[in-house]
Amino acid sequence: MTSVVVVGAGHAAIQLAASLRQGRFDGPITLIADEAGLPYQRPPLSKAFLAGHMDEPALALRPANFYAAQNVTVVENDPASAIDRAGHAVVTASGARIGYGHLVLATGAANRALPVPGADLPGVVGLRSLAEARGMKAILGDLKRVVVIGAGFIGLEFAAVAAERGIAVTLIEAAPRPLMRGVSAVMSDYLAAAHRGWGTRLLTGTGVSAIIGTTRAEGVELSTGEIVPADLVLVAIGVVPNTGLAAAAGLEVGNGIVVDSLLATADPAISAMGDCAAFPMEGQGRIRLESVQNASDQARCLADRLLGKPAAYAKLPWFWSDQGALKLQIAGLSGGHDRTILRGDPASGAFSVFCYQGERLLAVESLNRAPDHMAARRFLAGAAAVTPEQAADPMFDLRTAN
Amino acid sequence: MPKVTFIEHNGTAHTVEAANGESLMRAAVDNNVPGIDGDCGGECACATCHVYVEADWWEKVGGRTETEETMLSFAAATKDNSRLCCQIMMSDALDGIVVHTPDGQH
Repeated sequence: MTSVVVVGAGHAAIQLAASLRQGRFDGPITLIADEAGLPYQRPPLSKAFLAGHMDEPALALRPANFYAAQNVTVVENDPASAIDRAGHAVVTASGARIGYGHLVLATGAANRALPVPGADLPGVVGLRSLAEARGMKAILGDLKRVVVIGAGFIGLEFAAVAAERGIAVTLIEAAPRPLMRGVSAVMSDYLAAAHRGWGTRLLTGTGVSAIIGTTRAEGVELSTGEIVPADLVLVAIGVVPNTGLAAAAGLEVGNGIVVDSLLATADPAISAMGDCAAFPMEGQGRIRLESVQNASDQARCLADRLLGKPAAYAKLPWFWSDQGALKLQIAGLSGGHDRTILRGDPASGAFSVFCYQGERLLAVESLNRAPDHMAARRFLAGAAAVTPEQAADPMFDLRTAN
Repeated sequence: MPKVTFIEHNGTAHTVEAANGESLMRAAVDNNVPGIDGDCGGECACATCHVYVEADWWEKVGGRTETEETMLSFAAATKDNSRLCCQIMMSDALDGIVVHTPDGQH
């Protein structure tokens, strides 16, 4: 392998470059970035950055001198526009042609658009890029009323920040409860109550039929017919993987760019990783995950393969979300669980939900209980086991499970 | 700027600079030192920046925080001189500190 070109400059791309250099790869590494500026961390954008606890320089994934010191080239503000598979080259929007020995697609995902009239009005925004977060931060102090569409992680995190600042928040969710796909009913209900306690008006099972306004968004019309006035509307209804580049190059795409357990596409010179990659996971079929853990671990896995040590990707998924003073940590994937075991008392503000399918532990959701999360990661990685009875017993020390 | 030396499990040493107030984890990640992952970004929430502090420096780095103590109790291969280096902030008093990285962080 002579050179590695990565389309993307997010968590996965930077980790891949770092791991390749740690593994003594000495060929050229080029990252092709849509945006200008230093590659940055996304998770804080809807949390610490927006809340003013973290400034912009602190968002950088690596300092400016890292790229020179590690001999990593970042092509800024010049999106990849095509892949010439026969010629082993990527063409960018500016017309540059960048040859590759191996190409890695780390194209990430984009905000899902809201398919209703008025969704293109000024004042209807997303919160994914640094530019969007900067724009939001700049006007946050002037907002009196916001409507947030979608009670997923981003919607909930933003709602917590806005409510804390005294902004009147209406949070609209089409599903019967927040984070429907991500967490158990127990955790979801707890979060719903917490947000309501912070003053947010949370409407579940409610659709949006239009954004109202002439020159800019002034309100949101709900499926119930009610119109909720708003100075700003945040659309946070999930993301779609960026698969256009891969599809145009003839690579298989579905819910993401299709890869095998080695993160390889059908083209031996092209791999994909992170939010954009649809990969096989034992017991789950083909899945796609949106998380820093998945991006970082897939990058390490792929770096190992490119360094001559191939291994199937099989890392335990884990996630976190900060909402006000609530620190939610999730280990595993809870889909398909048929019973939940509560550890700790929700009334105390610190508890975990152990999600089992029969006797098999699928996932653990911890709220302000980091030790449970750490223990869960051991259990779910197969290093130890905990029965439902042990999990439910407050006197049982999880560290003693084996 | 003060310096810190990370010694890998295989004996390879990496000496890098760290600004006062910056964590040793940040200095390691920024300089691409192998063996320090820092997956959570310094929140003391992942225990992937585990190091062993050399005896000469143990007193100077101060004690473990409560959260750190809990996180370390779940980490692999901990010893009496284990620390999470996201919780060790560089200062002039720590100029020249030497820490060792474990065999793995996961």
